[in-house]
Amino acid sequence: MLELRNISYNVADEGQDKEILKNVNITLSDDKFFVITGPNGGGKSSLAKIIAGIYKPSSGQIIYDGKDITDMSITDRARLGISFAFQQPVRFKGLTVKDLLTLAAGEELKASACDYLSEVGLCAHDYINREVNASLSGGELKRIEIALTIARGSKLTIFDEPEAGIDLWSFSNLITVFEDLKKKTNGSIVIISHQERIINIADEIILIANGEVVKHGNKEEVMPLFSGSTFKCKFK
Amino acid sequence: MDKIQENLLAEIADLHGIPTGAYNIRANGEGAGRRSTEHIEITTKTDKPGIDIRIADNTVRESMHIPVIISETGLTEAVYNDFFIGKNCDVTIIAGCGIHNCGTQKSEHDGIHTFFVGENSKVRYVEKHYGEGDGNGEIVLNPQTIVHMDAGSYMEMDTVQIKGVDSTIRTTKADVADNATLIIKEKIMTHGKQHAETDFTVDLNGEGSSTNVISRSVARDDSTQLFVSNIRGNNKCAGHSECDAIIMDNGKVGALPKVEANCVDASLIHEAAIGKIAGEQIIKLMGLGLTEAEAEEMIVNGFLK
Repeated sequence: MLELRNISYNVADEGQDKEILKNVNITLSDDKFFVITGPNGGGKSSLAKIIAGIYKPSSGQIIYDGKDITDMSITDRARLGISFAFQQPVRFKGLTVKDLLTLAAGEELKASACDYLSEVGLCAHDYINREVNASLSGGELKRIEIALTIARGSKLTIFDEPEAGIDLWSFSNLITVFEDLKKKTNGSIVIISHQERIINIADEIILIANGEVVKHGNKEEVMPLFSGSTFKCKFK
Repeated sequence: MDKIQENLLAEIADLHGIPTGAYNIRANGEGAGRRSTEHIEITTKTDKPGIDIRIADNTVRESMHIPVIISETGLTEAVYNDFFIGKNCDVTIIAGCGIHNCGTQKSEHDGIHTFFVGENSKVRYVEKHYGEGDGNGEIVLNPQTIVHMDAGSYMEMDTVQIKGVDSTIRTTKADVADNATLIIKEKIMTHGKQHAETDFTVDLNGEGSSTNVISRSVARDDSTQLFVSNIRGNNKCAGHSECDAIIMDNGKVGALPKVEANCVDASLIHEAAIGKIAGEQIIKLMGLGLTEAEAEEMIVNGFLK
């Protein structure tokens, strides 16, 4: 279980202190799908990066399975079982898909490499020895990023807009990946998304706007707030 | 051959014993073994230190090793090796120099290699430089490679210097005839106060000639590097150079890529990128369980792989 207690996050913006997150309190229980949604610039990605340890909160506490991980490094959080998939995956000159999958899986890869890649609709034969460099399209990189989280099999996996840039691959496949991952890890999945089809599979939805949690509840409780322009006018 | 020399041979040429095929091993300034074969003849030069290597026309799928090892401190030598490669050959030449310097004096090897690549021949040339030793004596390697390529020939040069060389100035000059192609791949890593310079000049003289010069380097600690390349397009040709460098600690890298089109049908491109490891790359690998130091190491190893 992950608890965010009174998390605030400020950054310096043109000499001014800008509040990205304001006193956020969220509890993410085990074995559930969470979707964090809300308008662009509302603080969703910052929140995900704070959970992964990429950003340090200005104040507040992060408790994971009863342990205070607020000051823990990215590495230590990863080893505890927190995994993060980037919205815009990173490219590496010289490192191959196999290098990264092997690292993510934490063991020498054999047959499983093929499984990880085929789960995201890529042929292992074509991709396993490819460099994760600029020769891969944004969509291919995105799918490799998702394959890495499958290989990692963490108890808590956070996806930052996984659907963005996914080319020639159906949405239902993406949803199957999330469901399979959850089943395999018995863990929780947190997805940052605007997509209704992803919101539809959520057990709980957290609506964030202007750095604050506007609503945390099930679909029936949160969806009425999404009435097109009403949503935009109210929170943007 | 003693343990130190055997280790040097393994480092520079992956050799664990006597190689198959033709070879010439030079140790501490003297011949330490040689074998010519039916198609590859090695003879000692009479006018200056070095050897002539003559590869007969139509020699295919053969390889030769010409490693140089120095384990005596204070030895300085310049060696001239000339390669006469016939027509329609397909050969691999593995060169390299390893220096073990435990003393206080400078050890230096300057290898001047000249290649005459015959028509339609294909040559793969692999050269690895390595230095070791716990003395204060400097390890210096200044290789020169001169390549003359006949029509339709293809040459790929793979040069690596990863460890232990205090100072190096690598000079490569090539002229490329009709439909011939020269590929140069260089990998360098410098540490401490080491300095490495590379200087490539390629004249694309022939119609349909081409070259691709690719350099990847890492400068760590207080080391410095300079990459210079000049591709001259003197005919209808295609040339590309790429210098990609990672700087770490107080490392410094300069790049001077030059392209010179002397023919309206010459197509030439140069690229140079120098910078530290992207923070996002480190974050990604830390997110897969590596420490920051382990992430850096994996990125550097992959970059120079």
